[in-house]
Amino acid sequence: MTAPLLKLTNVNKSFGPVDVLHDISLQVNAGEVLCLLGDNGAGKSTLIKILSGVHKVTSGAVEMNGAPVLFGSPRDASDAGIATVHQFGGTFPLMSIGRSFFVGEEPTKGWGPFKRFDSQRANEVAVKAVRDLGITRIDDGDRLVGGLSGGERQALAIARAVHFGASVLILDEPTAALGVKEAAHVLRIVLQARQKGIAVIFITHNVIHALTVGDHFAVLIKGAKAADFRKGEKSREEITDLMAGGEHMAELEAEIASYMATHEGHPPAITG
Amino acid sequence: MSQTQSPSLGNLLRRPETGSFLGLVAVFVFFTIFGGGNFASPTGAASWLNVAASLGIVAIPIGLLMIAGELDISIGSMIPAGSVTVAIISGHFHAPILVGIGVALALGALVGFINGILVIRTAVPSFIVTLGTLFAVAGLTLGLCVILTGTTSVAIKAPPEAKFLLGQFIGGAFQVTIFWWIVAVAFWGFVLHYSPYGNWILAMGGDKVSARNAGIPTERMTVLLFMCSGMSAAFVGISQAILYNSAQVSAGQSYIFNAIISVVVGGVLLTGGYGSIFGIVLGTLTFAIVNQGIYYTGFDANWASLIIGILLLLAVLMNNTFRKLALSYSPAKGKASK
Repeated sequence: MTAPLLKLTNVNKSFGPVDVLHDISLQVNAGEVLCLLGDNGAGKSTLIKILSGVHKVTSGAVEMNGAPVLFGSPRDASDAGIATVHQFGGTFPLMSIGRSFFVGEEPTKGWGPFKRFDSQRANEVAVKAVRDLGITRIDDGDRLVGGLSGGERQALAIARAVHFGASVLILDEPTAALGVKEAAHVLRIVLQARQKGIAVIFITHNVIHALTVGDHFAVLIKGAKAADFRKGEKSREEITDLMAGGEHMAELEAEIASYMATHEGHPPAITG
Repeated sequence: MSQTQSPSLGNLLRRPETGSFLGLVAVFVFFTIFGGGNFASPTGAASWLNVAASLGIVAIPIGLLMIAGELDISIGSMIPAGSVTVAIISGHFHAPILVGIGVALALGALVGFINGILVIRTAVPSFIVTLGTLFAVAGLTLGLCVILTGTTSVAIKAPPEAKFLLGQFIGGAFQVTIFWWIVAVAFWGFVLHYSPYGNWILAMGGDKVSARNAGIPTERMTVLLFMCSGMSAAFVGISQAILYNSAQVSAGQSYIFNAIISVVVGGVLLTGGYGSIFGIVLGTLTFAIVNQGIYYTGFDANWASLIIGILLLLAVLMNNTFRKLALSYSPAKGKASK
């Protein structure tokens, strides 16, 4: 294990005249969770789209296992073992669990033009894969995905990625739309994926969730990497400050304090 | 291992055609009661089966497009274009019937190809794109027909083999298109429900971006589906020209809405991602029964559209209810599928 599983070196991305990412260098090893933190518009989604093959870098290099890679399409990225799971699971609400699990990779039986989708095997494999991640409430592969809870959908999508041999798993705000309990479950699944030796890139707003599972953290601000540190090197407050842009928060606090000092302790009224 | 699938309540609810089956039964019972013996007699059945067959052949690809998240209304002028093409080539210019049929089908494929390419390249909604081609093809058909033949109605005398395959009345009442419809149902049923492509079509309508990211060639599939719908429309046009020994330049506009009604009554979700071939068949039959059954009752036939309109709304409401039930249904605890 000399070369990191996935490595970005001085990646730049611009859309026409607009620079979205400047000089991003990141690396993630197998069996490690990299948390990507940042406010809205910090460039997180652009970075994900580069890694999942939707966009191409303007300059800079992406390497996997030490060899440079260039993704022309999402299909290239998934063939290379990079799987992306979006906030709502990227699944199809009105398809059955078994069918949606195998979209694009359908198992078939029979021969020639009479090759049939093997729904029984699809259902069995899908249900087993999800149950292996600890979602024991799913036992019927004919159920429609739209009837599952948000956490179960995430689990289904992660199970799918693991089943198809992803070595890098990109999770885009997987806990953002979930309740506390469901989020905890998804975090546990993230740790399970890590244990299997998968490199996880976990994108989130939520510092507590990040600290729970992360080994390695990177904070993006306005398209540049503002901080890059390992577990235990920074406190929660420091990270939150960093994400919000540090001095902005401090400024706002000072402003409110001075206002309150001159207005008999009242906070500023909201006008507008 | 669940080797044998027992027909549980959940499986029944999850079928997109459950609602339309109930609708079909209701309509059938209604017209059997009010239509008297004639409605259910062989000639009565032929009258609605004939309507259902030619409508059903175009309704299925329209339904597949709808399941994949697209719409094709250009069939309304592709049907007469198919009729007129075969009539001009084989009727007016006396070329072999196979040439006429081949060119008409190729024209359908070409119009479908143009529709598909425009939809994927411009990202204009397919309703607008095919509205454009609907008018363009209608104009082209009328213009060329008048230039070439000097009339808007072209006669065609098909040879006996073509008449036998595409234009005969079996038993004096049942159009041979009924058998073509059965073939189409078997073919498309296999594609949607048993082949991997069916999974692709459902996924495309469910979420096109995710489907593309999962490696499905969504653009190629879209173009292919439009070509199939164009060819199916041309096929219906050809068979009608051969059946009635003539082709009219404007004889297909009613198919647009009739096909959409059949598909929606059949449980296909207008926004895509959900539906079945069997449901579309049931929807087509329901439509045809109302459309023709009214003549067997004592009611004024003018009321047929009112019934169809109400039926459409009821069917959509019922399908929505069933879809919600299907989503929320999960087997009771303890009834594990082991």
